[in-house]
Amino acid sequence: MSAGQSRRVLPGFPLALGYTLVYLALIVLIPLGAVFLKSATLSWEQFWTVISAPRVLASYRVSFGVSLLAAAINAVFGLIFAWVLVRYSFPGKRIVDALVDLPFALPTAVAGIALTAIYAGNGWLGQWLEPLGLKVAFTPLGILVALTFIGLPFVVRTVQPVLEDLDTELEEAAASLGADRWQTFQRVLLPVLLPALLTGFALAFARAVGEYGSVIFIAGNVPMVSEITPLLIITKLEQYDYVGATAIAVVMLVVSFVLLFLINGLQLWANRSRART
Amino acid sequence: MGAAVATPWTARARRFEENVATREPAWVKGMLITIALAFFGLFLLLPLMTVFAEAFRKGWQVYFAALVEPDALSAIALTLLVAAIAVPLNLVFGVAAAWAIAKFDFRGKQLLTTLIDLPFSVSPVIAGLMFVLLFGMQGWFGPWLMAHDVKIIFAVPGLVLATIFVTFPFVARELIPLMEAQGREEEEAAIVLGASGWQTFWRVTLPNVKWGLLYGVILCNARAMGEFGAVSVVSGHIRGRTNTLPLQVEILYNEYNFAAAFAVASLLALLALLTLVIKSLVEWRGRQPLNAGEESQGVPA
Repeated sequence: MSAGQSRRVLPGFPLALGYTLVYLALIVLIPLGAVFLKSATLSWEQFWTVISAPRVLASYRVSFGVSLLAAAINAVFGLIFAWVLVRYSFPGKRIVDALVDLPFALPTAVAGIALTAIYAGNGWLGQWLEPLGLKVAFTPLGILVALTFIGLPFVVRTVQPVLEDLDTELEEAAASLGADRWQTFQRVLLPVLLPALLTGFALAFARAVGEYGSVIFIAGNVPMVSEITPLLIITKLEQYDYVGATAIAVVMLVVSFVLLFLINGLQLWANRSRART
Repeated sequence: MGAAVATPWTARARRFEENVATREPAWVKGMLITIALAFFGLFLLLPLMTVFAEAFRKGWQVYFAALVEPDALSAIALTLLVAAIAVPLNLVFGVAAAWAIAKFDFRGKQLLTTLIDLPFSVSPVIAGLMFVLLFGMQGWFGPWLMAHDVKIIFAVPGLVLATIFVTFPFVARELIPLMEAQGREEEEAAIVLGASGWQTFWRVTLPNVKWGLLYGVILCNARAMGEFGAVSVVSGHIRGRTNTLPLQVEILYNEYNFAAAFAVASLLALLALLTLVIKSLVEWRGRQPLNAGEESQGVPA
C-alpha cells in the first residue's frame, strides 16, 4: 500500500474516488438501505407471513421457474448462435451479429407489446398456434417467450469472445489424435467454454427474474398462475401496502445479491480459465 | 488500408472453415446456421418487424396523427428531458469512477467495482420502490417535502432519480476495463513532462478511450429513454405531465388504441436501431488497430 502511494504520480485520486463514493451512496446505497430499513419495521413473524403467502409463493414459482427455463433455452441456442457467428461465414452475418443486442437496446415495453401482438389469438403466429391447442399469449408460456427474448444476448455475448480467442491448436491436436468433431466439442471445447456459458446463463437468469416491462403485456397476470413477483410488488404498492411490497422486494434483493456474488465468482473463473488456454 | 479493414472481419470465420481440424461436415454447418437463423428470425427479427407493421397498419396518416398528438409530444419532450439530465450525470460519474479504479491501487477496489454493478441486478420495479419509500407521501422525507411543497414522486425529479439508478453502471462499466487495459504509463509520462492533471486527461486519456466512452453513453441513453418498470412506479401516469414515451405506449395499449401505441413504440424501436448502428460503428473502429495487427502477423499461409 505505502509502496503504491509513494509511486503515485497521477493526480486527482481523492477527488475521483470521493466523488465516486458520494454519488454511489446517494443513488444506490442509501436508497437500497431504505428498503431494508423499511422491512425492519415488521417483526419476523409478520415478515414471514407476507413473503410466504400462497399468492406470493405462486409468484416465486412463476418468476424463478420460468426464468430458469428461459435461461436454459438461451444457454443452448446462445451457444449455437455464438458458434455460428464465430465459425461460419454466411450472407448477412454482419447484420445478424449487430441485431443480437436488440433486446438490450429495445425498450422492454416495446418488446412486450410486439411479442403480445405476435402470439395473441389473432396474431401472426398465434392464429396458427391456437388451433393446435398451443396458447402462448396470456399464459406462462408467454412469459417464457418474453424472458427468452430478454436474455438472448447475455449468453451469446459472453461465449462469443471466448470462442473467438480460442486457439485452433487444441482442436488440431484432438483431430490428430483421432477424435471426431463431436468428441472434440464435448471433451475439448465444451470444458473451455463452460465458465463463460455458465456466466451467460446466470446473467440471463438474473435479468429474467427482475424483468417487468416485457412480461406484463403478454403474461395475462392471473394471480397464482401467471403473475410474476415484480408485478406483485407493484400491485401491493397500488394498494398502499408499502410494507408488504417492501418485504417481497427484500426477498428479491437477497436473491439478486446472491446471484451477483455467484456471477462475480463465475467471471473470475472464466477469466482464469481463459488466461490458461 | 481499405482492404485491410474490410477483409479480417469476414475472413476470421474462414480461418476455421479452411482448417480440416476445425470444420464440421457441411450438413452440420448447414443445420447449425439454420437453427441460429430460425431463432434469430423468431425472437429478434419478427418482434422488430411487428412494431413497424402494426404502427403502419392503418396508414401513414394515422401514424403521424398519433405522433403529433399533444400527449405524445409531451411524452417525447419529457423523455428527452429525463435523458438529458440522467445521462450527463452518469457520464461524469463513470469517468470519475474509472479514473479512480483504473489508474490507482487502493483497498476495496474489487468491492467498489461490484457495488457499481449493483443496479444491474436490481429489478427495475424495486428501483422505483426505493425512491417511493424515501420520497413518497408515506416515505422518510415525505412529510418534510410536503411541508416545503417539493414534489419528487409522481413528478419529474422522481423519474430522473429512477432513471439515473437503472442507468448508473453503463458508462463506468464500459470505461473501467478499457482504461485498465491501457495502463498508466502514458498519463504518467505526460505528468512527468509537466502537463497538468486536466491536460493529461483531455489530451492523453480521453483520446484513448473516446470510442468506449461513446459506446457507454449511447447504451446509457438507450436505456434512459426506454426504461419502463422503474419510471412506471414513480410516475403516477399523469397524462401530458409525467408520462415518458414507454409509459405512453402502455397507456395507449391498455386503451386498445393499438395503432397509436405501436406508432409511439416505433419511435423507441428506431432509437434502438440507431443505438445498434452506432454500436456497430464503434466496435468496428475499436477493432481496426487489432485487425491491422492480425493482418501484419499474417493469416496462416
